[in-house]
Amino acid sequence: MDSAIDIQVLSTPLSIDACYNFVLDEKCGGIDLFVGTVRRWNKGKEVTHLHFEAYVEMALKEMKKIALAAIEIYGIEKISIHHRIGQVELEGIAVIIAVSSKHRKSAFEACSYAIDTLKNEVPIWKKEFLIDGSYWVNSRP
Amino acid sequence: MKVLCFGVAKEIVGNSELILDNDKGLTVGELKSYLNTAYPQFLEYKSYVVAINQAYADDKLSISPSDEIAIIPPVSGG
Repeated sequence: MDSAIDIQVLSTPLSIDACYNFVLDEKCGGIDLFVGTVRRWNKGKEVTHLHFEAYVEMALKEMKKIALAAIEIYGIEKISIHHRIGQVELEGIAVIIAVSSKHRKSAFEACSYAIDTLKNEVPIWKKEFLIDGSYWVNSRP
Repeated sequence: MKVLCFGVAKEIVGNSELILDNDKGLTVGELKSYLNTAYPQFLEYKSYVVAINQAYADDKLSISPSDEIAIIPPVSGG
């Protein structure tokens, strides 16, 4: 099963090619890619950049659980999940999820499941830097 | 015992690690009570959870001094 899963937390720019090439498989008729990027505007505030921090060892474990569950639930072939830590500029890539499957429906569903679950479960934190201040996302009262 | 701090918890505590003088163990709930008393700022933020040995733990779980303990504020990856 481990040869079907590629989980990484990286302090260097993420590679769409790396995730794509990992999941590419002759048994599959489709690859679904989700790429999370840094946007300039959030809730009306102008963002300058983001900083990501992770509890790396636990994040890797939680990401692996998500990957295994995605295979179990949706019957996909391969999944790659890469998350960035450190400073990420506007348009920079924060996260990539690539899923390959025989058919497109399960690829779309598994990819959606993986990003939604990652956002809720994986111990990674985003600090948003605005023109006029900074704060840890989701932590404010 | 040593408690790892991340995100906003690191800023509240003022360090990425918190050393607690406790060698006989306590529950996760007792640890949270201690933290909320020692650092009332925790009460101003959204609730946090505790991870023991890199797994989410509920309040009843007993912690032993050799465990890896971490404060996990609301996550915001992705």
